Amino acid sequence: MLHTVNKSPYQSDALTTCFGLAQPGSAVLLIEDGIYGAMNNTKFSTAIVIAQQCCTIYVLEPDLQARGFDSDCIMNAIQTIDYDGFVSLAETYSVVQAW
Amino acid sequence: MKFALMINQGPYTHQASDTAYHFACAVLKAGHEVFRIFFYHDGVNNATRMTTPPQDDRHVIDRWSELASQHKLDLVVCVAAAQRRGILDEDEARRHGKDGDNLAPGFRISGLGQLIEAGIEADRFLVFGN
Amino acid sequence: MYVNRSAPHGTIYAHEGLEVVLVGAAFDQEVSMAFVGDGVFQLKQAQDTSGIGTKNFAGAYRALADYDVTRLYVETESLEERGLTVGDLMPLTYEDDEDDDQEKSSITLIDRASLGQLFEAQDVILNF
Repeated sequence: MLHTVNKSPYQSDALTTCFGLAQPGSAVLLIEDGIYGAMNNTKFSTAIVIAQQCCTIYVLEPDLQARGFDSDCIMNAIQTIDYDGFVSLAETYSVVQAW
Repeated sequence: MKFALMINQGPYTHQASDTAYHFACAVLKAGHEVFRIFFYHDGVNNATRMTTPPQDDRHVIDRWSELASQHKLDLVVCVAAAQRRGILDEDEARRHGKDGDNLAPGFRISGLGQLIEAGIEADRFLVFGN
Repeated sequence: MYVNRSAPHGTIYAHEGLEVVLVGAAFDQEVSMAFVGDGVFQLKQAQDTSGIGTKNFAGAYRALADYDVTRLYVETESLEERGLTVGDLMPLTYEDDEDDDQEKSSITLIDRASLGQLFEAQDVILNF
């Protein structure tokens, strides 16, 4: 399953809830204000590392750029993709859950 | 592959409609079909042609109308959600005795059954904004 | 599956989400509902909106059984985190026509891990 998270983890429990429910082999795509969850050295970094043991985490690059960040600012092993990559993920995973 | 999208936030306050638009363009570019885009909750506010953003800003509503006309997209606005928020087509306006209608070109007003049908018919169903 | 994550009344998501479930019931699909996070507050019993003047749609949850929506999964952790137990929720029941019309609870408590697995088994997920 592909999970999309569009809310800042500082404002909403969407990311935490998503990580709590995501099954091994899932993909999690951080979009819009959700990208703040991908940053280095935050209070969510540990949760990201734990989640990466079973899920692949992606971040939507146009949203990263729009907010003044680039791929150097985000945690290791989080992959950046564009809208075409978002479509590819949706092709791969037959069910998409928006958090 | 058949995609259906659901948009649940209005334009400008939330980014959801923008994200959905860029995603829809990428879906079409990849050669897939967009079976339907359903607007619900405050998402119905994407369908008023009265929207008048400053000239240097994107026109979220016109952008949807244009995409619909280019690709023959089915943009469906939930009738109950639309009426609550003052989005009316000509028929609805007449029926409720209102002095004007405001549905933008390329959109149509219909029931929630259209949402359920989209979920059943499409291979992929994505929700934007909640 | 309809996944409910919003508390009622503060926003319209719970109310308009329920309208989708009731319309969707006409489509002869196998549906279920999950209540996660603040969504569990939707099922709190004794909701009374007379003081705020908004529509009290809590009664409509009782009608779900009439529409053959009889599988309501409530996440145990979400209840506990909010200091609630199943006893705080509306008693929602249905008559099981495959079991001599016995009255059964529509509400099933489910832990987070099992709910995650249940999500994976769905064809379509709609969240409100």
